[in-house]
Amino acid sequence: MKLDTSGLESIAPLFGASNELLDGLSTAPAFDLPSNVDLDGFLKETIQMVKPAKGTTTLAFIFKEGVIVAADSRASMGGYISSQSVKKIIEINPYMLGTMAGGAADCQFWHRNLGIKCRLHELANKRRISVTGASKLLANILYSYRGMGLSVGTMIAGWDETGPGLYYVDNDGGRLKGARFSVGSGSPYAYGVLDDGYRYDMSIEEAAELARRAIYHATFRDGASGGVASVYYVGPSGWKKLSGDDVGELHYHYYPVTAGTVEQEMVEVTGA
Amino acid sequence: MECVFGLVGNGFAVVAADTSAVHSILVHKSNEDKIMALDSHKLIAASGESGDRVQFTEYIQKNVALYQFRNGIPLTTAAAANFTRGELATALRKNPYFVNILLAGYDKETGPSLYYIDYISTLHKVDKGAFGYGSFFSLSLMDRHYHSGMSLEEAIDLVDKCILEIRSRLVMAPPNFVIKIVDKDGARHFAWRESIKDDSVVPSA
Repeated sequence: MKLDTSGLESIAPLFGASNELLDGLSTAPAFDLPSNVDLDGFLKETIQMVKPAKGTTTLAFIFKEGVIVAADSRASMGGYISSQSVKKIIEINPYMLGTMAGGAADCQFWHRNLGIKCRLHELANKRRISVTGASKLLANILYSYRGMGLSVGTMIAGWDETGPGLYYVDNDGGRLKGARFSVGSGSPYAYGVLDDGYRYDMSIEEAAELARRAIYHATFRDGASGGVASVYYVGPSGWKKLSGDDVGELHYHYYPVTAGTVEQEMVEVTGA
Repeated sequence: MECVFGLVGNGFAVVAADTSAVHSILVHKSNEDKIMALDSHKLIAASGESGDRVQFTEYIQKNVALYQFRNGIPLTTAAAANFTRGELATALRKNPYFVNILLAGYDKETGPSLYYIDYISTLHKVDKGAFGYGSFFSLSLMDRHYHSGMSLEEAIDLVDKCILEIRSRLVMAPPNFVIKIVDKDGARHFAWRESIKDDSVVPSA
């Protein structure tokens, strides 16, 4: 396929038909087009393929003592693992955390933006913004950009004047209040472990262990999740990072290797 | 999948909606209240895209409140339904909201009424109406059992029949429903119909 530029050519040679000066120039210039026909589609697909942090497991839940937030740390670009050390739990301010699922840049940018808005609210009103309010700020921004290609699946977790708060916010403007969420490609696996082990009256240690286990089991089954399972706790005095364990190490802890029984053994053939 | 339905009885209107917040194969929440009180005597039950549903119903609610503040009298149910339809219709050719609405209300003069408004701005005054996959079951059941001047007890029985049918015949039937009523005493929550307990109700701290 060639791009036809004959339309750009000036009409007929100005100095008679056989001007040797113009001989080489009279043919319409042309160049090869890329072999791919669907250029727009190709471009879109390529961008999508290299958009990092598509596969993810993040979770958060409210319990007696506050909120637990946990996530894996793998970033993938299509089939390629581009990083094993991504901070998917974003510290918005000392009392509020956000989680990252979907596009890394979109999440990072809009969480930073939310952090700014929260700080301004604090300066203007002499009190910290509620989790409800903060999540709604984000949801309204995302709603105003809906259908324009943003990719955000996040949970806003924190502690405010009303106690612990947790909201799920996504790029089509949805915002859900809840006590237990998991987002990302590994979320069905995480939900399985989380729903089974969840009790409201857990201790912080039990809760952190449950969160870590849920992330571990999700990374085990979901190829796009992995790296380090980080666990944060948000209580009345702000957030604290509790642990960050390589899921490879956790595997030996949670999934001890047992020696398999030998069904058949190779033996030397006698007299051959 | 989403189920919203309602009917008008003798001196009241009742609306029921599923309470599931679904994203592809995941149920993120099974106690999401999709019926909002527009004002003291109006209920708006909505189904549709999650973002649009909340944004649009809140927008309508705030504008109905604004009208009341400015003029000192509330909109009638018919007026609110026509206003809602108008907003949906103007948005339709710009950036449409994908929401289907059942608007139930009670007015002193006209009594209870129910309006059916879909995402392409169809407005109908109806005795009974339904949206979503559940509508296939609930509509026929309501056609079969509905009669004018139903008592509250009869209406709730019918609503329960519909919920039971949806739960037993619909693949991916939502587990939980909420029922709300509006009558001369105002709009209020009536009951939950829960088949699984969602413990994500945050105990008030």
